[in-house]
Amino acid sequence: MMKIEFEVNGKPVSVDVDPRLSLADCLRSELGLTGTHLGCEHGVCGACTVIVNGAAVRSCLMLAVQASGDSVVTVEGLSNDEALTPLQASFRKHHALQCGFCTPGMVTTAHALLTHEPDCDEDRVRDVLSGNICRCTGYVPIVEAVLDARAAYGSKGE
Amino acid sequence: MPILAFRLAAPEMLVDLKYVEGLDRIAIDKDGVTLGAKVRWCDIEADERLATAHPLLAEAIRHVAHYQIRNRGTVGGSLAHADPAAEMPGIAVTCDAVLTLAGPTGERQVAAAGFFEGALQTSLAADELITQVHLPAWPAARRWGFREFARRRGDFALAGIAAFYDVDPRGRAVDPHIGVIGASDRPRRLARAEAALSGKVVDSASIAEAAAAASAEVDPPSDIHAPADYRRALVATMVERALAHAAR
Repeated sequence: MMKIEFEVNGKPVSVDVDPRLSLADCLRSELGLTGTHLGCEHGVCGACTVIVNGAAVRSCLMLAVQASGDSVVTVEGLSNDEALTPLQASFRKHHALQCGFCTPGMVTTAHALLTHEPDCDEDRVRDVLSGNICRCTGYVPIVEAVLDARAAYGSKGE
Repeated sequence: MPILAFRLAAPEMLVDLKYVEGLDRIAIDKDGVTLGAKVRWCDIEADERLATAHPLLAEAIRHVAHYQIRNRGTVGGSLAHADPAAEMPGIAVTCDAVLTLAGPTGERQVAAAGFFEGALQTSLAADELITQVHLPAWPAARRWGFREFARRRGDFALAGIAAFYDVDPRGRAVDPHIGVIGASDRPRRLARAEAALSGKVVDSASIAEAAAAASAEVDPPSDIHAPADYRRALVATMVERALAHAAR
């Protein structure tokens, strides 16, 4: 076992993990953050996307020990207790989810994209979301939701 | 990581290079482009110098995986992994790249063509690691094209072609390089397709000859994604499109 310390959703955590444990399994099983979903477990579906040091990454393709010293944001860290965030509200408004399994990965990916590129166009949104599989929506409402949320991230408009 | 997830390998020890410094640089000089092993796909995407220093590399890397993977995937990781359909090994072989490997007894240089021994197999020893890969200098007038076909954007290509050549004063292709990914157990250059193009003006007739030669020269596998005949036809189509782009 290895003891690692890192930050999750703004709070320092310290956890003893097997070196073989993926970051996704660590978040879910060790830290109880089950918002991060595991679909394919080999980097194809995007459901497990989390944000590490500001960049969207697949938490199934990363060992927990590799996050030592890093700052990790999960889908839980992108909500608050009072009301829906603008991104959440946009997903709701556009019916950008049905079963919800892919949604954590869509939301974390979209948040990272809009944080870095608030003026991204539809082609860019589709390019970035191409790494996230959704079996319900057909993607159109998800793309609309992300585009509609740009203003909340400081987009200067098209 | 997928290798571990699929239980294809069970290494007793994994070494993370996270804290090793100096492997994350993209160096560009008159001799070419040198990529450190820890250079990520997103670093290559963001480096505007590469649009002129090595446009074939820049274009090929746009096809590597997805946003989240481009944020972590590295040059060294891809070369060591040696997936037959991966872009970086394909570019390394097509461009006569030289890899630097470091081990307990020092460094050694290995030509990319000899480095890849089969699907997921390389000449890298257990106690060695890749520190960098060097791509020879890219003349400004060089013609190039890269095309691959995948079922979903960012997925592994069913087949892909990287091609480049220089042009002599009479407009003929000099020293064409045509490399294929996804249609063999390793990336490789297509000698007969290159010969079909060499010394000729690159037009629809010579492109068709090169495409036919390439298709006859590959012996692709059949798998759940595509039968061998389909891949062989796809190789011809990718050669046509890559060379059409080069000759545009």
